Amino acid sequence: MDINSIRSQFPILSREVHKKPLVYLDNGATTQKPLMVIDAISNYYRNINSNVHRGVHHLSQLATDAFEKSRITVQEFIGANSIKEVIITKGTTESINLLAYSFGDAFINEGDEIIVSELEHHANIVPWQLLCQRKKSVLRVIPVNEKGELEMDAFESLLSDKTKLVSVAHISNALGTINPIAEIIEKAHKVGAKVHIDGAQAIAHSKLNVKELDVDFYSFSAHKMYGPMGIGIFFGKEELLDQMPPWQSGGEMIDKVTFEKTTFNELPFKFEPGTPNVDGMIGLESSIHFLESLGLENIKKAEDELLAYGTEKLSAIKGLKIIGTADKKASVISFLLDDIHPFDAGTIIDHMGVAVRTGNHCAQPIMDKIGIPGTIRASISIYNTKEDIDRLVEAIERTQMMFA
Amino acid sequence: MTIKEKGQEIVEEFSMFDDWMDKYNYLIELGRDLEIIEDSHRDPQHLISGCQSRVWLSADYKDGIINFKADSDAVITKGIVNLLIRAMSEQSPDEIINDPLEFLEEIGLKEHLSPTRANGLTSMVKQMKLYALAFKAKSGQ
Ligand SMILES: Cc1ncc(COP(=O)(O)O)c(C=O)c1O
Repeated sequence: MDINSIRSQFPILSREVHKKPLVYLDNGATTQKPLMVIDAISNYYRNINSNVHRGVHHLSQLATDAFEKSRITVQEFIGANSIKEVIITKGTTESINLLAYSFGDAFINEGDEIIVSELEHHANIVPWQLLCQRKKSVLRVIPVNEKGELEMDAFESLLSDKTKLVSVAHISNALGTINPIAEIIEKAHKVGAKVHIDGAQAIAHSKLNVKELDVDFYSFSAHKMYGPMGIGIFFGKEELLDQMPPWQSGGEMIDKVTFEKTTFNELPFKFEPGTPNVDGMIGLESSIHFLESLGLENIKKAEDELLAYGTEKLSAIKGLKIIGTADKKASVISFLLDDIHPFDAGTIIDHMGVAVRTGNHCAQPIMDKIGIPGTIRASISIYNTKEDIDRLVEAIERTQMMFA
Repeated sequence: MTIKEKGQEIVEEFSMFDDWMDKYNYLIELGRDLEIIEDSHRDPQHLISGCQSRVWLSADYKDGIINFKADSDAVITKGIVNLLIRAMSEQSPDEIINDPLEFLEEIGLKEHLSPTRANGLTSMVKQMKLYALAFKAKSGQ
């Protein structure tokens, strides 16, 4: 892979921040967008914008075709059986809420148990807490060890015939841990529980095949995979989605409406009320083409190399402590500097033109468990280079000097 | 001195720095110098939470004058807190309620006070004004 040609596809990477060339290492929050995604969205509005699934006029047909073609692209990208399993949402958060409301309504009862892990993003905690309040069900939590790995023995002892759903992250956004989801799915299925995987941090970093994984539900956001904001996917097995009631309602998702009774449209439309995010879908399709043009295997290899380089460089800095040292890690390096508050460090690092994330990463429970207010997080993606890491190291050293 | 006058003084101090690093070094120094709040006031009741850094604030009112004390877990935040306290302490409730704190913009720290920064400073200013309102109401001015 030619890094220069990759970088040249991202216009934003040539801008400056605080009068220095931008080093963007906040990819866990959102990735930058390549020209082909920006152009696809622009082309949509310049040439085919129209509402979908309604008009018989030519443009509406073009827009509908483009929109539904994008859904097929997603279906093939994740290895789903049919487009009926590909529900379009605003993003991971909405996908999880859909699951919590719809699956929760139909399948979770008083005393039932839902399992999450200590590593989860708030998006994969709070909807379950609210569901548990509504249904008087119980939330169980898989603990992590000091390296930031799930304690699988503890997980097994949490499983029982009361377990109805297990919902864990594929990759932790705060620590970078890659969770053993195949094993989790297998074990959960043995007790008859369904499994949802929060794939927000994984989708741009490793090849997904939902059929091989035998996962029941999988969620992700386009904006973390070089696509636009405000669009994401909720995958569900058809047989389960069929049994689940609609969540939000309105136009598009209905079959027949009278004031006495409404029957619902078939999948996937049952879960997609209102005018969908058509430009978002077209952008998402384009981001999939971008990922496939590079190949997810190649992407993973390049990012793993950079992760190893970054881990080595950062570990060599005196006073720097890496938080999250799982054996299997994705391209995230969370760390603390001496006793410098992450907010202070982040402020100085930002002034050096390096964008990193500081704070609790919307994952307060894991920060509390480790006993820290937050971390500084560098998250790597395909356009990052060794020079980016070197600039980060320089910014870290400057920060340490200023607070010494 | 009014808040405006104190703010002007601070703006003059900051005009000496033409490098962002000098400015932040100075803020770090101010952060370390901040006269901190009594331990007993570093409690949930006085906590102003932000997602990035936390601020504790207490106030007392005597002879028509308000005095603030504060602390934060982040040093740069503490530096800015120090500036705010310098400008806002030893003032009357009315002065605190009405001053728009323009000096923060002039010294280029406005970004730290935007609500999106989530570092507790925005809420701190609001809380200072709320204290002023409460003291004013209580003293029946
Ligand atoms: C692991 C994880 N889950 C869920 C989310 C929420 O994603 P979104 O804000 O796109 O809905 C994020 C985003 O930071 C995440 O990292």
